Amino acid sequence: MMFFKSQIKDNKEESIIVTRRLFILSGFVAFLTAILVARLRHLQVSSFKKFSALSEDNRVSLNAVPPDRGEIRDRKGRLLAENTAVYVLQALHSKAESLDSTLNRLSKVISFTPWELKKARQAASESARFEKFIIKFNLTEKETAVFAVNQHLFPNISLQGVLQRDYPYADELAHVVGYVGRISKKDQSKIDKNKYLGVDYIGRLGIEASYEDVLLGKPGFEQIEQNAHGRTIRVLNKNQAVAGQDIKLYLDVELQKAAREALGEHRGSVVAIDPKTGGVLTFASTPIYDPNKFVNGIDHESYSVLRDNINKPLLNRCMYGRYAPGSTIKGVFALAGIQHGFNKNNQVYCPGWYSLRGRKHRYRCWKHNGHGSMNYVDAIAESCDVYFYHLAQTLGIDKISKFMTQFGIGKKTGIDLQFEPAGLMPSKSWKQRVHKTAWYPGETVITGIGQGYMLMTPIQLATVATTLANRGKIIKPILVQNAQEHKDKLNLTSLGGSSNNEPDVKASSNSKQEYENVIEAMRQVVHGKKGTARRIAQGIDYEIAGKTGTAQVVGIPQGEKYDAEKLEEFKRDHSLFIGFAPVKNPRIALAVVVENGGSGSKVAAPIARKVFDKYFEEYGISDADKVKKASIQSEDCCSEV
Amino acid sequence: MNIAEREKFFHIDWGLFLLILTACVSGVFIVYSASGGNMEVVFKHSLRIGFGLVAMLVVAQFSPVFLKRHATKLYLLAVLLLFTVLVIGVVGKGAQRWLDLGFMRIQPSELMKLAMPLMVAWWLNKYPLPVRYSQLFVSLLIVVIPTALIILQPDLGTALLISSSGLIVIFLAGISWRLILTALGVFAAVVPIFYYFVLHDYQRSRILTLFNPWQDPLGAGYHTIQSMIAIGSGGIGGKGWVGGTQSQLDFLPERHTDFIFSVFAEEFGFIGFLILMTIYLAIVFRGIYIALHTRSVFARLLSGSITLTFFFYVFVNIGMVAGILPVVGVPLPLVSYGGTSMVTLLIGFGMLMAVKSHRDIAAH
Repeated sequence: MMFFKSQIKDNKEESIIVTRRLFILSGFVAFLTAILVARLRHLQVSSFKKFSALSEDNRVSLNAVPPDRGEIRDRKGRLLAENTAVYVLQALHSKAESLDSTLNRLSKVISFTPWELKKARQAASESARFEKFIIKFNLTEKETAVFAVNQHLFPNISLQGVLQRDYPYADELAHVVGYVGRISKKDQSKIDKNKYLGVDYIGRLGIEASYEDVLLGKPGFEQIEQNAHGRTIRVLNKNQAVAGQDIKLYLDVELQKAAREALGEHRGSVVAIDPKTGGVLTFASTPIYDPNKFVNGIDHESYSVLRDNINKPLLNRCMYGRYAPGSTIKGVFALAGIQHGFNKNNQVYCPGWYSLRGRKHRYRCWKHNGHGSMNYVDAIAESCDVYFYHLAQTLGIDKISKFMTQFGIGKKTGIDLQFEPAGLMPSKSWKQRVHKTAWYPGETVITGIGQGYMLMTPIQLATVATTLANRGKIIKPILVQNAQEHKDKLNLTSLGGSSNNEPDVKASSNSKQEYENVIEAMRQVVHGKKGTARRIAQGIDYEIAGKTGTAQVVGIPQGEKYDAEKLEEFKRDHSLFIGFAPVKNPRIALAVVVENGGSGSKVAAPIARKVFDKYFEEYGISDADKVKKASIQSEDCCSEV
Repeated sequence: MNIAEREKFFHIDWGLFLLILTACVSGVFIVYSASGGNMEVVFKHSLRIGFGLVAMLVVAQFSPVFLKRHATKLYLLAVLLLFTVLVIGVVGKGAQRWLDLGFMRIQPSELMKLAMPLMVAWWLNKYPLPVRYSQLFVSLLIVVIPTALIILQPDLGTALLISSSGLIVIFLAGISWRLILTALGVFAAVVPIFYYFVLHDYQRSRILTLFNPWQDPLGAGYHTIQSMIAIGSGGIGGKGWVGGTQSQLDFLPERHTDFIFSVFAEEFGFIGFLILMTIYLAIVFRGIYIALHTRSVFARLLSGSITLTFFFYVFVNIGMVAGILPVVGVPLPLVSYGGTSMVTLLIGFGMLMAVKSHRDIAAH
């Protein structure tokens, strides 16, 4: 460093060096500028004609060709979601006339609702200057004809045939098939644009959303030579779009319709499953709504009517309704008891109430004067609460929780729909974690009759019925028949639970005979002399094993706009039924939940009977499964609570 | 207050300021057209110009002595950030360029654009000019380290511009011609090796299509061809503002960022190009004038480098869009949409103004 410091810095001399170099670089700047000027002169002056021709006369453009969306059919091949050709009106931004004025003139020829006008203006503001935008969807035949005649008055508006999703069964299947919607500006940032080139719709709900990648297909391209006005001269090259794959469901629309009609005006759901395949036969949730309204965007008014309806038609009760299972779960509790030493000889005396040792509180049985002495077969058939209070108390919550969880309760079923919620099977550690309090013995008691913290969705209840029908073999419910081949494309957040491929997933270590004993008890629920659902056995020529249930309401809708009578209705108990038929060779297992329906035996069980009847009417009963029509039952019927 | 006093007071070079403002305002109009009339883009662009101009005026208040004092710290910080971005940077368009701080994203290479000329000028100014071998080695190291880090991101265009801003300082400091010729010789020898072993596939394809874009008109050559058609079809007078069919019909890629010049040339033609070029040259020669009229050698090196790097930007961008240079992702200065580089550029001009207004300070 000393060496450098000894040198003298002469500012003047240094400035001269830099100045000289600055002049040299200025010359370099002039030189490079000359290159640019020469290049631009070459492009814009000398070769102007060539480039102008390239630009004006023949422009090669690459257009995306959207794929046809796959169709959805039911098990008998009936179309549930298809693509139909409809006419839309497209507009181009015009320099000569404002959009408002065009719309004004147009609405004298074709009627526009205020909502449509608003959407048209929005489409105009979102589209680029030379881009076409849609101003009216779904023209009727008459509108199409009227416009065609008046076309010459509207030079910048054209009729365009497009494919649009249509749901022929309309509101029947909204909850399961779901619907597509137009891809919005907001969606643009979330989707892979290359997959959606030229595509206008995206699955929003149900199968349409969960199987989006299967149904979508792959867009193609065409290379078009077009003139300055954008008119196609010829197609140079074409890369065909690959249509989306069709999907076949296990569902039977007619059975679904029968279930929906059986539910009538009630809020509720019916889920029916083929126990052999796990295929979902019925997935009905009421009230229903029309998915076709959502395809091109529903107007605010219609939407708020749906959203604010106290009966919540938009709610998919099969998936998102969570209910205490009530007595429907007693069959499974019996299996838990058997595994821990209970047998037919264990009698429990029911005086109409139960209390914990040293406590005064009485847990009531629905039958106030008591069932008398009961074993588990009677307790299931007559739905004795005291027996199951005792059983739950004997086992303790830890053993119950462990058994139930293995049985699949409180877990997602793994159905092939997105965003399935888990149910809830409480345990000591769960309560400590969530509620930060200890587990009380009384909570074990009421868990025995499916009350308390336990929560299940109808799809989970139907899966329990399926497991019982299969004598302990767990099968995952599934909607789509050809789902296996699409597995890598499935758009599900979780595919938890067991796969249909795995051979035997055991729900419990109970023996076959133990299952048969419980199933016999469940058969007596319907066919036994004192069975809680014996009234549905009237005139029946096949055998049902089932269990009724009545569950206390957890939440009641809030708000002043509902009248007292309506609110009173919402406090009533939910009515439930699970079951399967025929008993020996089950072909259909189901769960019925009727919100605020009251007693399970009075409301849910008859609905189940109607669905069973419809199934056997369509698919027949083998002679081996036929039984003699039961005679008229005694009328001293019961109404369990 | 007369103009001279006001200038002294704000430390603003009004000539430079007005030229820059003209370029920026033209830029707003071109961005409007290039984005297809997207007011959101125009608004964001204007906001950044406003922010950049304020930053420029703030920087103009510092004296070059202050800048010189902090050159080393700034440079080391920039190098550190470049290292960080390689390790934890955000990937965009196949390259790691951003550092996500949660509330904002920064591009360390932008900081380096400012730090590089400062650092090299500081180092060379410690010793008497012309530059000697012993100082040359260190100054080359100062240039090479960040350049290598930026190439690794990989961002070839920025690496090229940043290294040239350092090399310009060395050139201004009077490096001997013999050395320059030797370096050019070595460069010619190294290029083939670099081409085959260092460049990414996409960079190689860009270079290949430079020589014959028509070979792959729908692939690698697409950008260049569409851009040349746009420029060429503009002719002498252009198609008029927002009238460019090439640009408005989506034929041009990245047309409000790197390829904005082709929109401009299509819509305003050769005459428009000559006017824009005149504005750019006026800015460059104003910068050189400032460099020539400052007493401090450090300030001279700094302002000379800032000015000529600016010109280099213009040349590389227009050259690339017009099909005589490879497509390397360099924006058109003061006009292209793209926030960070706009702000960096204006801060650079702020330094130029600082030099101008403190021109009588001798550097020691």
